[in-house]
Amino acid sequence: MSTAISGSALKYAAADDVNTDVIWPGKYTYVKLDPPAMAERAMETFDPDFPQKAKQHSVLVVGKNFGCGSSREQASQCLKYAGIEAVVAVSFSRIFYRNSMNLGLPVIECPEASAALQTGDPVSIDLEAGALISGERTFPFAPFPPFVLELIHAGGLIAQIRARRERDQGGTP
Amino acid sequence: MPGTVSEKVLGHLAGRPVRPGEIVTVEPHVVMSHDNTSFIVDAFRETGYPRVWDPERLVVIFDHCVPATDPRHAQNHRDAADFAREQGLPHFFGTTAGVCHQVMCERGFALPGTLVLGADSHSTLYGALGAFGVPINRTEMAGVWATGEIWLKVPESLRIQLSGRLRPGVSAKDLVLRLLRELRADGAAYQTLEFHGPAVAGLSISERMTLCNMAVELGAKAGIVPADARTLDYLRARRGTPEARAFPADWEQGLARAVPDPDARYAQTHRVDLDALEPQVACPHTVDNVTDLSAVAGTAVHQGYLGSCTNGRLEDLALAADVVRGRTLQVPLYVYPASVEVLEQAEAQGVLSTLRAAGAEVMTASCGPCFGTVGATLGAGQVCISSSNRNFQGRMGHAQSEVYLSSPAVVAASCLAGEIADARPYLEGA
Ligand code: SF4
Repeated sequence: MSTAISGSALKYAAADDVNTDVIWPGKYTYVKLDPPAMAERAMETFDPDFPQKAKQHSVLVVGKNFGCGSSREQASQCLKYAGIEAVVAVSFSRIFYRNSMNLGLPVIECPEASAALQTGDPVSIDLEAGALISGERTFPFAPFPPFVLELIHAGGLIAQIRARRERDQGGTP
Repeated sequence: MPGTVSEKVLGHLAGRPVRPGEIVTVEPHVVMSHDNTSFIVDAFRETGYPRVWDPERLVVIFDHCVPATDPRHAQNHRDAADFAREQGLPHFFGTTAGVCHQVMCERGFALPGTLVLGADSHSTLYGALGAFGVPINRTEMAGVWATGEIWLKVPESLRIQLSGRLRPGVSAKDLVLRLLRELRADGAAYQTLEFHGPAVAGLSISERMTLCNMAVELGAKAGIVPADARTLDYLRARRGTPEARAFPADWEQGLARAVPDPDARYAQTHRVDLDALEPQVACPHTVDNVTDLSAVAGTAVHQGYLGSCTNGRLEDLALAADVVRGRTLQVPLYVYPASVEVLEQAEAQGVLSTLRAAGAEVMTASCGPCFGTVGATLGAGQVCISSSNRNFQGRMGHAQSEVYLSSPAVVAASCLAGEIADARPYLEGA
């Protein structure tokens, strides 16, 4: 998986404290759905038109404490399946942050970019360097620690664990 | 190096002193999953590991979709039960124990100074017994099942200094709602809330559970009440009961880690005087949209929910019974005891018959309608007064329904009045 992302912004102004119940309602939380079905339901309570918008714009831009509330990781998953390649926010809830990294969806804390970006703005992100570029503007953010980059490169936690295990077993004849 | 409870527990597991901000890879003492277990099983299968790392450390409790009202929920239960059998998991409870967090405490899985990971956001509750209870997600849980390891950032701690005493009709729920009002939904982001001060000794274990449970609503990674005499009394009474697991021989050694060092460092101290605390209500649709009860008294409600891991314990039910005793409810009140043990005790003590006599419906020991999927869910335009922990839009059903969060006493009083009401007049008149 590449750590360079490019697309355009999908901005929700004043989207603070967006909780996982409105991203992925409880009624779907204990039902197994395939990726297209999850994409269709992404952000259902927050914005029913989100899946359409996400087809055009792959960088979601929101406010502070995004993804608070329930630990349901379908909240990260459904965004990814809807076509979101990265989420830019002032801050994230701790659990949403971990979920996203573990599923290989980069989430970036960058208050300046969250404030400045508007829907349709071009965005490219270099995760290694910690830079978000939109046209003439560059927004630096704290680069990910190496082990988080590894996780994203590996395609998420499960893929990483499987690869490590196969490697370790390959090493023992 | 002096440490907070979080630093001491993580330092113990890392085998060296740790500082806030550091990332450590550690092995948990116990891990819990609920109705999401079959999802975790799917991810676990993908890791390629044939066996879980330590069957003794896994606890599985079904509570969210109990009883199953959708064939797909029933299938999830079945798949998870098959997995438990296949892996020989000794601590598999199925659908017959109660709400996971309550059962974890009653059965001795949350012990002082231990790291308990739960695949549920309210796993912060274990801090009521001095455990470092941390919520994780399904994928991570699958990883822990496979490898026995997890990475955690050592959190800073926020010291909550409590003075005074809760007055009659004012509860721990009002206190935690007050904290949400003052600190907001991200006020403790990435931090641990550690509860201190002269008022703490007076808080029951049940009240401590309410506080630690809702720590996550402030964005906290954990909520901890340092272990004291009450903690020990609670656990000693449980140890050796037929329902509790065999406590590890060295469990009391964890007590030293469940108390911070005297000169531990805190990011900040926040003070609350319980003497001055008034009943609080969280209004739709955010947990920190909190006001004094008096500001919303008179708002019409269509039903009440008394239950959940926040406020479904014996003390909560008994208080609600005191409020409704000899009176008649104006709107339905659905009571979901937090565990089968709570249900049995409340039955034995006459609490349930008092609630029923007033018109309340006593339901299964499960999460019930808390997350809007099973049980007394809300339709468009309906308003619920709830003793649970979340009032997000659509949380308990239709996106156009509304949830107000309050103490159990206020839930009961509001169902008597048919509108949000103070419980104190009912308690005084009793
Ligand atoms: S009672 Fe509600 S908050 Fe508690 S575990 Fe169940 S669904 Fe979650």
